[in-house]
Amino acid sequence: MTGYYITGYCIIRNNEASVNGKPVFSAHGKNTREFFTDLYKFLDSDYPKFHKMDNLCKLGFLSSELILKKNGVRTIFSGSDTGVILANSSSSLDTDRMHQVTIINRAAYFPSPAVFVYTLPNIVIGEICIRNKITGEGSFFIQEKLNPVFLTDYIRCLLDCEIINRCIAGWLQVDGDDCDAMMCLIEKTDKPISGFVNFEPSVIRDIYNLRI
Amino acid sequence: MEKLVQTLKEEIIEALNLVEMVPEDINEEAPLFVDGLGLDSIDALELTVLLEKKYGIKIKTAEEGKKILYSVKSMADCIIAGGKAWD
Amino acid sequence: MAVRVFVTGIGIISSIGFNCEETEDSLKSGKTGIGTMKNLVSVHSGEIPVAEVPASNEELEDLARIRKTGYSSRTTLLGIIAAGEALRCSGLDEDIGSFRTGLISATTVGGMDRSEKFFKSYIQHKSGGRLRYIVTHDCGDSTAAIADTFGIRDHVSTISTACSSSANAILTGARLIKGGLLDRVIAGGTDALSLFTLNGFNSLMILDKKGCRPFDEDRNGLTLGEGSAFIVMESETVTARIGKKLLCEVSGYGNACDAYHQTASSPEGGGAYLSMKQALHCSGLTPDMIDYINAHGTGTKNNDLSEGRAIERLFGYLPVKFSSTKAFTGHTLGAAGAVEAVLGIMAIRNGWIYPNPGFARQMSELRITPEKKLIRNTRIRNLMSNSFGFGGNNTSLIFSEC
Repeated sequence: MTGYYITGYCIIRNNEASVNGKPVFSAHGKNTREFFTDLYKFLDSDYPKFHKMDNLCKLGFLSSELILKKNGVRTIFSGSDTGVILANSSSSLDTDRMHQVTIINRAAYFPSPAVFVYTLPNIVIGEICIRNKITGEGSFFIQEKLNPVFLTDYIRCLLDCEIINRCIAGWLQVDGDDCDAMMCLIEKTDKPISGFVNFEPSVIRDIYNLRI
Repeated sequence: MEKLVQTLKEEIIEALNLVEMVPEDINEEAPLFVDGLGLDSIDALELTVLLEKKYGIKIKTAEEGKKILYSVKSMADCIIAGGKAWD
Repeated sequence: MAVRVFVTGIGIISSIGFNCEETEDSLKSGKTGIGTMKNLVSVHSGEIPVAEVPASNEELEDLARIRKTGYSSRTTLLGIIAAGEALRCSGLDEDIGSFRTGLISATTVGGMDRSEKFFKSYIQHKSGGRLRYIVTHDCGDSTAAIADTFGIRDHVSTISTACSSSANAILTGARLIKGGLLDRVIAGGTDALSLFTLNGFNSLMILDKKGCRPFDEDRNGLTLGEGSAFIVMESETVTARIGKKLLCEVSGYGNACDAYHQTASSPEGGGAYLSMKQALHCSGLTPDMIDYINAHGTGTKNNDLSEGRAIERLFGYLPVKFSSTKAFTGHTLGAAGAVEAVLGIMAIRNGWIYPNPGFARQMSELRITPEKKLIRNTRIRNLMSNSFGFGGNNTSLIFSEC
């Protein structure tokens, strides 16, 4: 019988990354930028555009690389039947501050186009989609905190209506040296295998609250 | 000229976050905006800002930009012609 | 079978009017809102035209009928005004009633105008600036303020997906109704002009100093605008039960990712083609049934070519009429989807097809040209409205007469 399953998930916080509940990488004592660079090298993603991204996009990119890699091989989910649904509470504030600094001083007024393009939270959806050639539906919600019920209901709606067959979903928050990410891959399948978990709000909540 | 070209290569790498490159990887005569360096329209704008910020060169139109930003050498030529001291 | 979704109320405030009636008057007379900066204070005044709502924050507080404190952000004030008009139009201003009602609002800048005011003092001295000016910064704050003002509690969300934000708010709201999770949704968006956006877009060199000229061969960029618009959507169960006047039906929607670049659209318009195609599929309509497309049409070299090609690819040689109303209202960013949805609903109600002010020369790469004059007394069975955002987030909505 066809059901909706979380077929992979990751958590990135406190300079640690875990996949499906197992720690895979850590780099304590480093700032966010250094930690992201180290994790990128560990993942061996071979994607130089990574270095141009702002921290929110880097976090989203790294999270998606973690969940899309199975047994060391990147799964390709290109096309319009994969959706990307993300949320956070601070939008692109981390990068907004950087942009603000470049425009506030009339004497040294040099706004950076490369910074400005990242002053929107949904650019991270764009980056994930460009990387994976995903042309399906995407949305970015701003919420006070992770809302597992809303996320689950919304994604189920998309799956029920067959707008998508799978979804990259999660919570991505970056603010200076604090980062908090949870990302899941949700798939519609009639052949669940060991390790797949039911796509339910309580499971999303448990994954988010995992302490490795 | 050689020193300027070297400096420009370093500045380009820094401004465009080309973290995995070193100046020796960039051929000063080669076009900047082909697949090799993977530069895009935003990179072009960043180089425009770099030229203004560091060298006082103001690029006003896209056509002007295409000529000046063609290669590291064309950028260097423009800076020298612009007359502003760079070291 | 999925329930039908109807629009029972609309509200709008932009550079061409403080409400629906004034907006319709401007559209009829061809009056655009693009001009010199008056409210925003910038080094670029006089150099870069914008489409401002011609009112100070104090005047907007009066219109919003809220207590004058000076602390509400301009984005919030615009949102309260437009949402209020939509609710009044739907007969819901006195009492939301007992049906499950949600609010989905969208914004990109949130309370940026107040934050900039704070920052100006703060940058001089670390103890400078009133903290009240930054507590409204977050995108969710304007949504919460609108929800609190009108007593909407069952569901409140904020969407931020660049220029497709409020179109996505409408899409999400319609979906929540169709899915049986809510009976009614007030959906839309709001964005005020700010130095943050003005300087940012200027650094991308995509602002036309002559004012935007969508789909014109000599177009050279967009014109930033500000505004807010909301629509009240209700399920057919609710409207049948309480006998509501129906303005139109939300008959289809589609969202797709262009997956090409952070801010540029793909030259062949892949994402635009997909979102329009999906909206048609969702509605069960075919391209020949669309009588008018309110295009995203920002006036940038990139968008108009990309979108033009996508329209040609999807509609082939069908003589579909289209235009961009951004030459009237400017590009209202996060509010654009909702502003243009409301203009689209007005078009259906009045039997209008809007002209594309500023258009003079056909684009050399396209076969199609936008409408040059306002068409009146025509019937619009189905209208498509496009909103394409940075990040390749492309949304198309379809509204139908009823």
